[in-house]
Amino acid sequence: MKFVRLSSPTDFEGWRQGARMALALGVDPADIEFTVGESAASLFAEPLPPAPDVGGRFTVPRAFIDLAEVLVSHRDPARFSLAYRLLFRLQAEPKLLAVASDRDVALAEAMAKAVSRDSHKMKAFVRFREVETEEGRRSIAWFEPEHHIVERVAPFFVRRFTGMSWSLLTPLLSAHWNGERLEYGPGATAEMRPRGDDMEALWLTYYASIFNPSRLKMKAMRAQMPKKYWKNMPEAALIAPLAQGAEAAREAMIATPATLPSYRHERQRERFEMARAEAPVFDPDHRPESLEEAREAARHCRACPLWEPATQTVFGEGPKAAPVMFVGEQPGDQEDLAGEPFIGPAGQVFDAALAAAGIDRAQTYVTNAVKHFKFVPRGKRRIHQKPSGGEIAACRGWLDLERSFVAPKLVVAMGATAASSVLGRTVTIRSVRSQLIDLPAGGQALVTVHPSYLLRLPDPDAKAREEALFREDMARVRQAVPEIALAA
Amino acid sequence: MTARTLQEKLAILSDAAKYDASCASSGSVKRNSLKTKGIGSTEGSGICHAYAPDGRCISLLKILLTNFCVYDCAYCINRSSSNVERARFSVEEVVRLTMAFYRRNYVEGLFLSSGIVKSPDHTMEEMVAVVRRLRLEENFAGYIHLKAIPDASPRLIEEAGLFVDRLSVNIELPTDGAIERFAPEKKPRDIRRSMGHLRLKIEEHQGEKKDRAKPARFAPGGQSTQMIIGADGANDDAILQRSENLYGSYSLKRVYYSAFSPIPDASSRLPLAKPPLMREHRLYQADWLMRFYGFERSEIVEGSQAGMLDLSIDPKLAWALKRRERFPVDVNAADKEMLLRVPGFGTRAVERILSTRRHRRLRLDDVSRLCQSLEKVRPFIVAEDWSPGGLLDSPGLAGRLRPKEEQLSLF
Repeated sequence: MKFVRLSSPTDFEGWRQGARMALALGVDPADIEFTVGESAASLFAEPLPPAPDVGGRFTVPRAFIDLAEVLVSHRDPARFSLAYRLLFRLQAEPKLLAVASDRDVALAEAMAKAVSRDSHKMKAFVRFREVETEEGRRSIAWFEPEHHIVERVAPFFVRRFTGMSWSLLTPLLSAHWNGERLEYGPGATAEMRPRGDDMEALWLTYYASIFNPSRLKMKAMRAQMPKKYWKNMPEAALIAPLAQGAEAAREAMIATPATLPSYRHERQRERFEMARAEAPVFDPDHRPESLEEAREAARHCRACPLWEPATQTVFGEGPKAAPVMFVGEQPGDQEDLAGEPFIGPAGQVFDAALAAAGIDRAQTYVTNAVKHFKFVPRGKRRIHQKPSGGEIAACRGWLDLERSFVAPKLVVAMGATAASSVLGRTVTIRSVRSQLIDLPAGGQALVTVHPSYLLRLPDPDAKAREEALFREDMARVRQAVPEIALAA
Repeated sequence: MTARTLQEKLAILSDAAKYDASCASSGSVKRNSLKTKGIGSTEGSGICHAYAPDGRCISLLKILLTNFCVYDCAYCINRSSSNVERARFSVEEVVRLTMAFYRRNYVEGLFLSSGIVKSPDHTMEEMVAVVRRLRLEENFAGYIHLKAIPDASPRLIEEAGLFVDRLSVNIELPTDGAIERFAPEKKPRDIRRSMGHLRLKIEEHQGEKKDRAKPARFAPGGQSTQMIIGADGANDDAILQRSENLYGSYSLKRVYYSAFSPIPDASSRLPLAKPPLMREHRLYQADWLMRFYGFERSEIVEGSQAGMLDLSIDPKLAWALKRRERFPVDVNAADKEMLLRVPGFGTRAVERILSTRRHRRLRLDDVSRLCQSLEKVRPFIVAEDWSPGGLLDSPGLAGRLRPKEEQLSLF
């Protein structure tokens, strides 16, 4: 039996050096032990014979170093031997750590998890008390961790409480921060912590008030905040009385009849009712008399089921007397969120084509045949759905109102949905594309593809071809209505 | 009326805030005070600094700026028609309390909400004043979650977003109809528009470089929302449908389900009973299945009674019992999607199975070290030395896997 002496309970470097030498000497994991500080090794154990410097001769996965570093903080005296056993086995089984069901791996992982959990709980359950000292205010906490975790956790407190001076006292080791430097000192005792802190009364008030007596779940609480931590948490003194009074508190809430509202409430109601009476009432039967009225009325539209899952109605935008009106299919994801038409990816294609044709979008009216976004949710995304004939028909009234108020010289229908809505009959784009079509109610129409069609083309050549055709259509629009040209 | 002490105000305004379930302090950017020499850090995962006897995590100082409110939402303890005690913090008091609690390591930061006084803008203005002071004057780098007032002007919401980790708006109830009935002053459209606005702002800032001078990000912890369960008549299917819509539309980090719980001086329009905690629990499980386990809502609710989830077993087990033809699943061969559907396997167990089986054939003994409860898993899997045989088809299987009655009555 061989042994390696380590300088402290968390002497990872000492273990690493010892383990390297043992490995170089081929020491079997069953024949080695690690002792900490002055504690005696087993009766017949001998120190490792000196071995040549073997640093860097063995390779291990990075994941093993990470695991071993956490593992050595465990309080189990066998932790160092376990780490050595894993190291030893890794030489023959380099993928060992991936075998989560292996006994050694499972044990090491469970121990590492216990250390991580204890560290996490220390970050959570440390309670500082502030005292005045000659050097100013100092925050002092007493905590009893289960494992050797002070050095693992102290840097967290440095990062968090950089601007304070503090001490973490624990039975085996203490950590002190003065705003500049972190130092470790000997362990402490519970008597060394401050007696109290002025804020504790407020903290207890908060703890008692945030508790909902209708939801008593002591088991869930203890699972997350085990009893072993309670003795150093001031609020824990409230747990028993709060739990005992919970049932009565809940019953009282249920049994006490509601009181009459206060005078203050009555006055508020009156004001609210008066404001409501003065506000314009939406009347679905009233025919809007202006574009603004139509826009306002459309916000409340429930003529088809699309309103419910969507965020809002996306009405058209542009000058009241714009000479050209662009009509798309329906708003998409971005348009639905912002409440504006053609601002998403298809809007960018559209804008680029307008710019290439020298058209000023601000002088045109841009809208959609359907004013609500139709989609199905898929996880974190929404998948666009084509509107049905019924939905297009339900929304047609709004488009007709926009057309009658704006009275554009030219309506540009982009995509099949817009084309059939504008022309009032089902058409294929191919059959009517790029022609100036006289409309019965006056003005003309031009049909082209929807800009999102260009986005969907996977083949770059086809895409370039279609983009050019779309831009040619925009050029035709500009030719037909020259007043929408960008100012030179 | 004599002036209330800080302690009295704290008692009233934390009691008034406790019906908001969210207490998360995770998912924001990592930052600390090493350079600023200030106070505060966020390190990715949140920390629960204490647990109340209701089993809920106390991570943040969760308070209302005031519980005076001009709105009269039937389900809310602070509705204007209720005669609960009222109080109001000053901006200064909230800042002082937050710093004092934080310095003692009681909390991760602040969760600030408010009743609506005077106007939504006035209220939001005060809340923004709190967070601005914490960040700019107190050099506070801890976590801040602000409950935005949905009708407040976009300018105020945008300013708030620069200082806080999370901004959120509560959807309150599962359907627009229920909101109109129980919260007459709230407009469901406005709530959804606010969420849409928040998503656009958050995404707009996501591309920014991290090392830009403060304020670099807009609500980097994202947005969440809360839905009250059991106050209106909506069934679980309607609730999950709403969640599915909210996750898809507004990239929410979380939808919190809050079982409607008796409140002091409650409105007689609402059920005054024990909160439906098991129902709340099942909804969270279903929510998890949709987000992390590849389940569709329709799969979860299919075959349910009147659109309600089975309270006696978890929704994954319920699905497996309905779809026994999909089992047993061979742990040595099945793909990840199917492993995730095995009752008793969590996402972590599945990762470990996939990792391990690249190097060795899994026996039942191996599986027992990789998951929580072999008992639950066993009927649904095939391993190197195990096949469930008739166990899977036995009519008693559902009864055997059902938790014991006394466990059920616990809440």
